[in-house]
Amino acid sequence: MNALAARRRHPAAIALLLLLGLVVTGVAYSFLSPKQADAAPAAASQVQDGKKLFLANCATCHGLQAQGTKAGPSLAGVGAASVDFQVGTGRMPMAAPDVQAPRKRKQFSDEEISALAAYVASLAPGPAIPDADVSSGKGGDVAKGAELFRVNCAMCHNFAGSGGALTRGKYAPSLRDVEGKHIYEAMVSGPQSMPVFNDTNIAPESKNDIVAYLHAVDKEENVGGMNLGNLGPVSEGLFVWVFGLGIMVAFAVWLGKKAA
Amino acid sequence: MSTTQTSRGADRLRADDARTEAPPAAGLKAVGGVAGWLDDRTGAAKPIGYLMKKVFPDHWSFMLGEVAMYSMIICLISGTFLTFWFVPSAGQVVYDGSYLPLRGVTMSEAYQSTVNISFDIRGGLLIRQIHHWAALMFIVALSVHMLRVFFTGAFRKPREINWVIGCILSMLALVEGFAGYSLPDDLLSGTGLRAAEGFMRSVPVIGSYLSYFVFDGPFPGEAIIPRLYSVHVLLLPAILVGLFVAHIGLVFVHKHTQFPGPGKTNDNVVGFPVMPVYAAKAGGFFFIVFGVLALIAALVTINPIWAYGPYDPSPVTAGSQPDWYMGFADGALRLLPGWLEFNAFGFTFSFNVMIGAILLIPVMYGLMAAYPFLERWVTGDEREHHLLDRPRNNPTRTGLGMAGLTAYGVLMFAAGNDLMAIKLGLSINDITHILRAAFFVAPPIAFWVTKRICLSLQRRDRDLVLHGRETGRIVRTADGRFFEQHEPLDEYTRWLLVQHDKHEPLQLTAGTDEHGVVSPTARKDKVRAALSRFYFEDRIDPVTPAELAAAHHDGHALEAIEEAPHEESGSRPALESARREPPKRP
Repeated sequence: MNALAARRRHPAAIALLLLLGLVVTGVAYSFLSPKQADAAPAAASQVQDGKKLFLANCATCHGLQAQGTKAGPSLAGVGAASVDFQVGTGRMPMAAPDVQAPRKRKQFSDEEISALAAYVASLAPGPAIPDADVSSGKGGDVAKGAELFRVNCAMCHNFAGSGGALTRGKYAPSLRDVEGKHIYEAMVSGPQSMPVFNDTNIAPESKNDIVAYLHAVDKEENVGGMNLGNLGPVSEGLFVWVFGLGIMVAFAVWLGKKAA
Repeated sequence: MSTTQTSRGADRLRADDARTEAPPAAGLKAVGGVAGWLDDRTGAAKPIGYLMKKVFPDHWSFMLGEVAMYSMIICLISGTFLTFWFVPSAGQVVYDGSYLPLRGVTMSEAYQSTVNISFDIRGGLLIRQIHHWAALMFIVALSVHMLRVFFTGAFRKPREINWVIGCILSMLALVEGFAGYSLPDDLLSGTGLRAAEGFMRSVPVIGSYLSYFVFDGPFPGEAIIPRLYSVHVLLLPAILVGLFVAHIGLVFVHKHTQFPGPGKTNDNVVGFPVMPVYAAKAGGFFFIVFGVLALIAALVTINPIWAYGPYDPSPVTAGSQPDWYMGFADGALRLLPGWLEFNAFGFTFSFNVMIGAILLIPVMYGLMAAYPFLERWVTGDEREHHLLDRPRNNPTRTGLGMAGLTAYGVLMFAAGNDLMAIKLGLSINDITHILRAAFFVAPPIAFWVTKRICLSLQRRDRDLVLHGRETGRIVRTADGRFFEQHEPLDEYTRWLLVQHDKHEPLQLTAGTDEHGVVSPTARKDKVRAALSRFYFEDRIDPVTPAELAAAHHDGHALEAIEEAPHEESGSRPALESARREPPKRP
């Protein structure tokens, strides 16, 4: 200690001290900084399996290095969440080139999807597959979720998540019976025309509220009777013209034919 | 009421089947006593007797107006129920009712009370849905009723005023409906009000003042809901009921029109009196309409305001549409191109909004209300008409009606362009472009096709009258020729096909008198003659008795008559055909 104290005025002391400070700050920062949600460290073998699957099924459009081609975007940085959403809902691989990938039956098993996700996540950091406690909707506040949904989502997806039209044949799909995980992943990855809602925009707990609201709508009993697709006044107008007027005219014809 | 009978020839024949009048029952006597007491004090017997003895003809299409009338009455009844609980206030409260997904959400009292009516008032949701479905049905029925009146020419003299009253009723019904749609202060109705505010602002120069005047300040403010409430439950219903009474009163004064047929002339009404037949039929029909609406309301959701959530100016939902009757105006807004908005003299002129939102409705109703007067001027027809036209017998009018209906339909479909895009897998841009073109292209096509169909149907009628019905029986003559036997129509069927007026374009009288002085009305006459040609240039005349006799006498001579040009085939003036007598009723 004395030796150290004796050299405290050594010309190199300040430089050393600065170096020490930088190292400590850097190490502390690397532990304490807000972390980019990284994919869970995947086993090297899973990444290898994913790469094989990728080359066989996805590389035609996304390129051999997932660098993107004219037919499909680069996948660097899209993260495991995006892969899990796109492949898990059957959107990828697309059946045919189109303005938008429709939801269909999923083409891969859960292990294969995990492998693909691990491979894409290994290319560059991106949003990870969310934990069940923020994406299952359990314990979420339905009323708050509904409010958030109306403010952030209803303008495209409609008030009840029945879907809506976008430009040139694109559309916001229906949100009926979608897994909470996939709703969450869509929000963090922003698939197709959808914007990204990151954690500072909508906190993970709030995302959970939105999932809870959408699941509540799925389960909601139709108190007023048939809901006509929850599409608003257009389907009501169609109903009253076809069935309302049809029934009234049928009765009028019957009464008009009836002898006095 | 007793009637005096004078013995006439026909009565003597029926003398044996005259029933002996049973002495009035005790109950009837009591009724008569009360009626007499009332009549002594009010003198009501005469007008009520007049109303009760009115005769109405039977046809299903005459009941469309009834459906509208009953739907309106149902709206009044169910609406009264709703006023017991609805709170027309924009005051903010925190919801604490029984619908969990809204618990703890801040909302207006108007919205909260509507949610309470839906979930916490016994039968409230059913009555709300009856009210809304009945409102939609009201406007559907009155629209179809208007179409019936238009296509059968029931608006002609002496009923022009009633047509105009009907047009005003229809337009006010739209406003009344929109006011009701905007009251619950849910996300959809608030969006509608926001749109309405934008419409007001699109009026050049005074737009922003108008909007501030209506909303009592900037949007949304606290004034609009109470104001709309007064308009919706007090002002407009009073005007609607008043006009409706005038409308139905004029029907009693004019007597109801009827379709042509055996025994039905321009001077009589063949049907049943109000008391007892029509009172029973119409009364029963009221309950049928009420029952059907209650059934629909019990089975099918309308305007699920709890799902829309409370209004807040920031969010908006996809598929924000007005109720169907405002759809044509919304569709016009969706079709109008954006370049109609421009800056001039330091102001912004938003004609892309104003044409569809402010001008369209008055222009459309103005044209509709003016039509009877236009047609009367063009045809020069000053006669009273109590017999309806079959739509085919006035091809130009029917064609014009279909053209107008097509334009309206294009606009109405345009309001659903987003839903058509997602449900049919189409591009919303393509749909919009196609509908823009269709608005200009489709009505003339509809006019032409309709007119041609009408003329073909008239030709077929002529053919049927002249040649009779094809029996399908092939007869072989002695010399080996084959021919199909035609059966002449019976007198009653034939009457229906030949009774209508023969139309002819007005002839242009010389524009100058013998001194070469130009007539002061020359230009007007020219326009009139041109329009008249447009109406009646293509026409198929009804078969005249001479033609029929010729056809019956000699099948070959007939062909010659048919080939002859119109001018030669029938030279009888139009008026004469109206004076022909129909066959007596079978």
